[in-house]
Amino acid sequence: MEAVHEHDHSHDHPSGIMRWVKTTNHKDIGTMYLWFSFAMFMVGGVMALILRAELFQPGLQVVEPEFFNQMTTLHGLIMVFGAIMPAFVGFANWQIPMMIGAPDMAFPRLNNWSFWLLPPAATLLVLSMFVPGGAAGVGWTMYAPLTVQQGMGMDLLIFAVHILGMSSILGSINIITTILNMRAPGMTMMKMPLFVWTWLITAYLLVAAMPVLAGAVTMTLTDRHFGTNFFNAAGGGDPVLFQHIFWFFGHPEVYIIAIPAFGVVSQVIPAFSRKPLFGYASMVYATASIAILSFLVWAHHMYTVGMPVEAQLYYMFATMLIAVPTGVKVFNWVATMWRGSLTFETPMLFALGFLFLFTIGGFTGLVLSLTPVDVQLHDTYYVVAHFHYVMVAGALFSAFAGVYFWLPKWIGKMYDETLGKWHFWLSIIFFNVTFFVQHFLGLAGMPRRIPDYSLQFTDFNMISSIGAFGFGLSQLLFLYILIKAIRSGEKAPEKPWEGADTLEWTHLPTPAPYHSFETPPTVK
Amino acid sequence: MIKNDIKSTFGGSMRLTAFLRLICVGTVMLVPGLAAAELQWNFKPANTEIGVAVHDLHSLVMWIIVLIAIVVFGAMFYAIVKHRKSAGHQAHQFHENTTIEIVWTVVPVFILVGMAFPATKALLELRDSSAPDMTIKATGYQWKWGYDYLDEGISFYSTLSTPREQIEGDTEKGENYLLEVDNPVVVPVGKKVRILTTANDVLHAWYVPELTVKQDAIPGFIRDTWFRAEKTGTFRGQCAELCGKEHGFMPIVVNVVSEDEYKIWVAEQKSRVAARN
Repeated sequence: MEAVHEHDHSHDHPSGIMRWVKTTNHKDIGTMYLWFSFAMFMVGGVMALILRAELFQPGLQVVEPEFFNQMTTLHGLIMVFGAIMPAFVGFANWQIPMMIGAPDMAFPRLNNWSFWLLPPAATLLVLSMFVPGGAAGVGWTMYAPLTVQQGMGMDLLIFAVHILGMSSILGSINIITTILNMRAPGMTMMKMPLFVWTWLITAYLLVAAMPVLAGAVTMTLTDRHFGTNFFNAAGGGDPVLFQHIFWFFGHPEVYIIAIPAFGVVSQVIPAFSRKPLFGYASMVYATASIAILSFLVWAHHMYTVGMPVEAQLYYMFATMLIAVPTGVKVFNWVATMWRGSLTFETPMLFALGFLFLFTIGGFTGLVLSLTPVDVQLHDTYYVVAHFHYVMVAGALFSAFAGVYFWLPKWIGKMYDETLGKWHFWLSIIFFNVTFFVQHFLGLAGMPRRIPDYSLQFTDFNMISSIGAFGFGLSQLLFLYILIKAIRSGEKAPEKPWEGADTLEWTHLPTPAPYHSFETPPTVK
Repeated sequence: MIKNDIKSTFGGSMRLTAFLRLICVGTVMLVPGLAAAELQWNFKPANTEIGVAVHDLHSLVMWIIVLIAIVVFGAMFYAIVKHRKSAGHQAHQFHENTTIEIVWTVVPVFILVGMAFPATKALLELRDSSAPDMTIKATGYQWKWGYDYLDEGISFYSTLSTPREQIEGDTEKGENYLLEVDNPVVVPVGKKVRILTTANDVLHAWYVPELTVKQDAIPGFIRDTWFRAEKTGTFRGQCAELCGKEHGFMPIVVNVVSEDEYKIWVAEQKSRVAARN
């Protein structure tokens, strides 16, 4: 009786809204993560455009400074926690079970819960704009003691961060358990596709880093309301303590975003080079090294707080060291392409865009690692340019590459290749128009997070704003391409990509059935 | 025409590859009329010895980066052009080579060690605020700076003097829009000036690009930085740490004057203090 019930349950297809609310299917949950991420990408994008509209010209034209600060804060938080991270969790949900030959995630109900924590958190963030005092205007870094001066928008933000953190931790536990326990026979650790490896490492980073952030914002909350003085010097606390705690989370967070992006690119480049990934083992070791190092370099975000010079030297050397494993990864990707048989469909274009621009972001990271230079560039637009090369051209382009790459497997239909190429070229051109010039603004000394600037910065800001609107509008094309593919895309061939060789391409039909690998495949 | 533009715009400073310059100039061309404007492509010239050292370090690193970029992107674009399927290239199935993997792990380490030496030297100098000729305490307030000349007993506030109408766009913006104050800091040229930073409310940061100084101002704590100006002149900066709604409107202006002018200024300030008492 029990067995029969179980059987019925696992093949139950509820329809309508309840299918999505109650689903425990990794594919449904992956889809929800990805659409949620795209919606947040649009919300955060509109906020970025409000910022760039204000910065189009010197003077205050569009918004008040308070609102400007609220937009910088929400743009950062929504893009990091609402758009980029859920996008890669979406990929993890769809791909990890299929790539390791598992029927689903290890904890399907927990999986459902991890996703459904996100919409309330996003709602809190967006709602905070409409409470008395508006949203918090403190930047996504939430430095004390400015946070103490904020209205209740700050409290909503803190609760949103708590919920987002819970979602990430639960999702990570699920991913770790799935990867460690549910691999098909013969799928040894060192045979796992690199995307799975990168997610295993990322999930450990999340489990280690997110509670630290929760601690930081909880201390902020008690400083605000319950009379504690963690970050208040008058009560024996230290404002800089917040920065240490925040960046102990914050630097691994950078790699939480970047490492799954490495994983996607490490699947796409070999597929379109028709060659196996070069240096698979060294890729795994490099990723693990980056993850470990990421916990040892946090104070390079704090070179101007006045640390002892010995500490600055340590953080400088440790940070420079990250260039080594990162370099290994870049060299491996180039070596994968070397003497391959390359074709340039949209996923490959985005992967190459990633490779080119992420490397530039890595170069500027090297410049910033040097403490004496960073003291000049810290909190200027140079830093803004640097991390957008890593976050947008790095993580976002990699996510685009992943969507175009796996969409045929997910929905059984092809996207419009011509439009996909348009999306790539518009994105990469407007991205550079927006962010390349910000390097010059930073070098010349324009601080970040200012709503108005002196006349010397006018020209580059104007160019950057034009680029930003171009980039934003180009993403509507992406939405159109997705809708077109879903509604009227050509039927995808069983194996649309000649060079793709992971289990989802070799052992499953296209589109992948709702339940896949109910009996595990045997991996040789 | 583009060539001439590059020459005139970049002058002697060569911090980026010609390729990147072309992208930028191309970008500038998108906006008619901008190409002729004076654009700041790099650090503004440093007015301190240590600033020059920092800029040289930056240039050195940029050249190393350019070389690495040529090698890496060169290989990447070579593969894109020569090893494409449409050119009939067959994929070779190699996927590891221990020698080259060791080489490209070890060589970067040596390059980094090479960069670490000048960086360490510059950092040790930059942070050596010992034996100053004079000390000024800069206190960040929401949203203005307060200055105390600890040796002279001079104190004043320094507030944005750009009229509100310029910010709102009702009148034309002046040359030093947002970078002008009622009471600038005055220091003598060639003297080691130590700046103590602190704050009254939230974090601020005292940032003057041409003096190569940026130091957070932290409420309840005192931090320090220093500069020794090589030339006289007016140097403008602003708060660099988000401090609330007027963060963009609390500039820093430092007048570097000759020793004699400085003495006169000090005397004036003291007599003003005396008159007030």
